[in-house]
Amino acid sequence: MALAKYLGRKLAWTVVVFFVALVLNFLLPRLIPGNPVDAIVGQLARGGGTGGEQLQQVHEHFMEEFGLNKPLWQQFFIYVGHVLTGDFGTSFGQYPASVNHLIGQALPWSVAIQLPAIVVGWCIGNMLGAIAAFKGGWLDRGAFVSSLFFSSVPPFALAILLLFVVAVKGGVLPVGGAYSFGLSPEWSAAFFGDAITYFWLPFWSLVLVFIGGQAVGMRSMAIYELGSDYVNYNRGLGVRDGITVRYIFRNAMLPQFTGLGLSIAALISGGLITELVFSYPGLGTLLFNAIGQNDYPVIQAITLLITLAVLFANFAVDVLTGFIDPRIRAAQSGER
Amino acid sequence: MSLRGLSPRFWISATLIIVIVLIALLGPLLVSIDPNATIGGLYDRPRCCGTMLLGTDNEGQSVLANLVYGTRTSLIVGLLAGVIATVIGLLIGLVSGYRGGWIDDLLTAVTNVGLAIPAIVVIILVSVSLPKRNIYTLALVIGLTAWFWVARAVRAQASSVRTREHIDVARLSGAGFWSILARDILPYLLSYVVMAAVLQVSGAILFESTLSLLGLGPGDATSLGTMLYWAIAWGSVRTGAWWAFVPPTLMLTLIVFSLLLLQSSLNEVFNPRLRRGRAARKKTKLSAADEEAIERSRPEVVGAAGLLETPASSGTEAR
Repeated sequence: MALAKYLGRKLAWTVVVFFVALVLNFLLPRLIPGNPVDAIVGQLARGGGTGGEQLQQVHEHFMEEFGLNKPLWQQFFIYVGHVLTGDFGTSFGQYPASVNHLIGQALPWSVAIQLPAIVVGWCIGNMLGAIAAFKGGWLDRGAFVSSLFFSSVPPFALAILLLFVVAVKGGVLPVGGAYSFGLSPEWSAAFFGDAITYFWLPFWSLVLVFIGGQAVGMRSMAIYELGSDYVNYNRGLGVRDGITVRYIFRNAMLPQFTGLGLSIAALISGGLITELVFSYPGLGTLLFNAIGQNDYPVIQAITLLITLAVLFANFAVDVLTGFIDPRIRAAQSGER
Repeated sequence: MSLRGLSPRFWISATLIIVIVLIALLGPLLVSIDPNATIGGLYDRPRCCGTMLLGTDNEGQSVLANLVYGTRTSLIVGLLAGVIATVIGLLIGLVSGYRGGWIDDLLTAVTNVGLAIPAIVVIILVSVSLPKRNIYTLALVIGLTAWFWVARAVRAQASSVRTREHIDVARLSGAGFWSILARDILPYLLSYVVMAAVLQVSGAILFESTLSLLGLGPGDATSLGTMLYWAIAWGSVRTGAWWAFVPPTLMLTLIVFSLLLLQSSLNEVFNPRLRRGRAARKKTKLSAADEEAIERSRPEVVGAAGLLETPASSGTEAR
């Protein structure tokens, strides 16, 4: 069956790419002259506060964990083994804490802010682009230039300006963080009500940027479709505008949908920086702190998570496209 | 292509870009303060005229001086990385599209893997591992991870140009491999390559500032991103020291916005199907006689192209 073949090929492809990403993730940090453990232990020693015996212990722990005294290929298998069992090791920067624990604390915040932002932004952006393309005139020009502006504003720039204008100057919403001082994350109405006020600013700054990008793309797709053969043919036949518009949007929607998979990487990286600006306790802030401390295990875990998220999103988009687009079942299976 | 045919969008973006380039080129000469010299305290307010026009940053350095030097750094990184990415992508795309066969398969596979792995991940991993980061290594790293898009698009177009007859003619008359690539295929893609290069430059500038914000910026120079990094790390947003973060934010936005505007106006020039608004407006201004004259001067359109253009433009007018 063509669809199953298509899905199988996409899955195999995703696995291959994941493997390449795993190799890169393993190899790139090991290109540094010397080994990272010596560097980090040296840094700890300079910082003071840790005694010689303890340093020795830390050093041995990491040499053991990464197998740094073994040949490279063995290290790779150790690394893959750890990753596949979901064990990202121990943090350099916050020593006895496990990376899994740090990620586990940060990840829910990132998902909570990025997933809704992507979904909402995609829907509103496409509607706006389609309406602008169809109505034309001043609405089109206004919507186009402002979408172009929002899509080209670096996500963090919009975040910084929003934070300053709305929170610092306006005082409408809280300035940073994810919940008020003194509260701790729990499943209660009071905590939710508090956290949501911290949620709005980073959320909307992500959504606005995304709306812009989607609207620009959808507008040009719809304009392209407006000039295509079947539209002219329909006009010649005297088919009602409403029906033609439906055809146009169904055709213009598909590239936008596949585009979602392609733009997901940019969205996630923009989201990480936005978190950083708002000191939202997600992966972005964790990554920032990890980079400041040369905390390789945490950095590696986050980059691997980003890769996984992007690959998964792309695969999901491919699968859904396979179901939505009837042409895939016919054409794509024959294509190389 | 006459200059009059270019849209106002093109002129606006071109003017903005020229102004930005002038700031980057002449700014450091006009603002004769060392960006690393301490000239005041922590976040001194801006005072009119002279070195304190934009106040001081967290280290008491002049924000104005940092801004013009930072603009220069960001433009250098963006241009270098954009050129590297475009050239690599162009070469790989041309060779794989024109050559075909196993070379094509191999290069396409590499390109697709490169597209699937998020560039930011590779850039973070490499930058973390680099013992020393300066603007050139940064540009190199960004350029080497950004060419995949260009390669894929160029390959698609090159492989469609390959089947045209003039390539056969060139081959029969004994033109070499590289000569065919450069003189018979490249001209067909040139408009695309120009637009791709503009996009690559703006993308590279964004990447540079993202990396700098994460603390992976160039160690030897101020860039707009590192200015923001310090502004955020020292809480200038919270304390309301707007002069420390608004100028670099606006400058970055302006650079990226004008580059994207340039790209979209070039797209309209090269791609007539997107050029609907202006054509429609022009028509209403012309009298019937003018229009007739234009109609007569236009070469006879043969085949489907003639059917395509006319109803589409009248259709947009009707709405």
